[in-house]
Amino acid sequence: MTDTLEKVISIIKSKATVDADKLEPSARLTDIGIASLDVVEIVFALEETFDIQIPFNANSSKLNFETIGEIAAAVEKLVAAKS
Amino acid sequence: MNRVVVTGLGVVSAIGISLSTFWESLSEGRPGIGPITGIPTERLNVKVAAEARDYNSVAHFDAKRLGLMDRVSQLAVVASRQAIGQAGIDFTKDEDGLGPIAERVATIIGVGVGGMETTDESYKRLYGTPQQRIHPFTVPRLMLNAPASHITMEHGLMGPAFVIASACASATHAVGQAFHMVRSGAVPIAVTGGAEACIHFGPIKSWEAMRVLASDVCRPFSKGRSGLTLGEGAAVLVLETLDGARRRGARILAEIIGFGMSSDARDITAPDVGGAARAISGAVRDSGLSLDAFDYINAHGTGTAVNDVTETRALRRVFGERAGRLMVSSSKSMFGHCLGAAGALEAVATCLALSEGVAPPTINYLERDPDCDLDYVPNVARQAPLRAALSNSFAFGGLNAVLAFRRFEGDLAAS
Repeated sequence: MTDTLEKVISIIKSKATVDADKLEPSARLTDIGIASLDVVEIVFALEETFDIQIPFNANSSKLNFETIGEIAAAVEKLVAAKS
Repeated sequence: MNRVVVTGLGVVSAIGISLSTFWESLSEGRPGIGPITGIPTERLNVKVAAEARDYNSVAHFDAKRLGLMDRVSQLAVVASRQAIGQAGIDFTKDEDGLGPIAERVATIIGVGVGGMETTDESYKRLYGTPQQRIHPFTVPRLMLNAPASHITMEHGLMGPAFVIASACASATHAVGQAFHMVRSGAVPIAVTGGAEACIHFGPIKSWEAMRVLASDVCRPFSKGRSGLTLGEGAAVLVLETLDGARRRGARILAEIIGFGMSSDARDITAPDVGGAARAISGAVRDSGLSLDAFDYINAHGTGTAVNDVTETRALRRVFGERAGRLMVSSSKSMFGHCLGAAGALEAVATCLALSEGVAPPTINYLERDPDCDLDYVPNVARQAPLRAALSNSFAFGGLNAVLAFRRFEGDLAAS
């Protein structure tokens, strides 16, 4: 598990009530029961932790990243784009 | 119980700062949303809003008064001048030997967040600069009740006066409370409405952080909608008893016939079909009219993914089969979401729709969303003999308020 993935999982764990064993790279946020308000908070925590800006609108039905693995990959890409 | 009529209306909004311009814009579907001009936008992600661009403070107030008033109070007072001017009431008159009527006029105003210009500027000075001092009038400018207080001082209104805060339903709760007080006889006249002026850096960043602002413009009920657009403004309605209005030969613009309220008691942001439906059916029941009598709904219609579906389902739940023949439109597509003022601006829009026989459109509508399957009067206003209408407001925090209005047909409407 990469550092980024580990951090992403620990952020999700801290912001939403969800079974720890469900937090796998292939898990989709909607499938593991994370509410939309929690997603907003998770995105904020990711932005704060990695000092990045994630384009995200809660009104859009589809996220650019749906699984935990995709989130970690998107974060890595945004962090790389910074430097 | 008294019948309650509307005899004065006043507005300050992105689509007009007079009643006539406001109605022209509404009925022609003119957009009020545009690039933000009042504050620097380089640090904003969302750079559009519905500002009251035609409002110029120095044209309405002298420098001494402006020093005491946040923009939210200014907009409220300007709207109140129009409404009270139109109603043409002489508040000094002693009609029943109880003293001048001004002593019994209620002033009840809805405000969501209040003096944001003052809060933003003062705190920026303290946190963002080495300055230790802020203006001595910071407190009277930013306090939430200031818009109501300034209206009372402007017109010498000495009856019950206060502000109601229920976020995006504030003004609807205020008008509803005023309606109850006039209907019960607690007061003969009420000056009511709402005001908000939050197109400022801090508040916009707060809304950005919620990720619910539209990326382009507000497109209520449309496929491709991406959220709400913030607006600012104020609207004031003068309510009085039908008997009082007749006695002084006032022109009656519309009648308020019902008010429904509810709380979702569920979620701090997500709306609830049950809560919305309870407020809607409460207003219909209070009106004493049958569901068939309602032709038009001025929707809460924020343009968020969730609100518009929830509101559609709530209308379907209450109106059943009849929901299909309702005209439902969102004026927020034109003047934005004015938060604490929204319900008042929309109450004015509803009164005008009834009196003019025109359902204003939902503009920026692109195409049908399968989950929003009512008649939203897309893009073009529609002439129709509207008999009764509802104005919906559903706030964050799950606080819902719905007003029922009826076209005033003189004695024909007496029941």
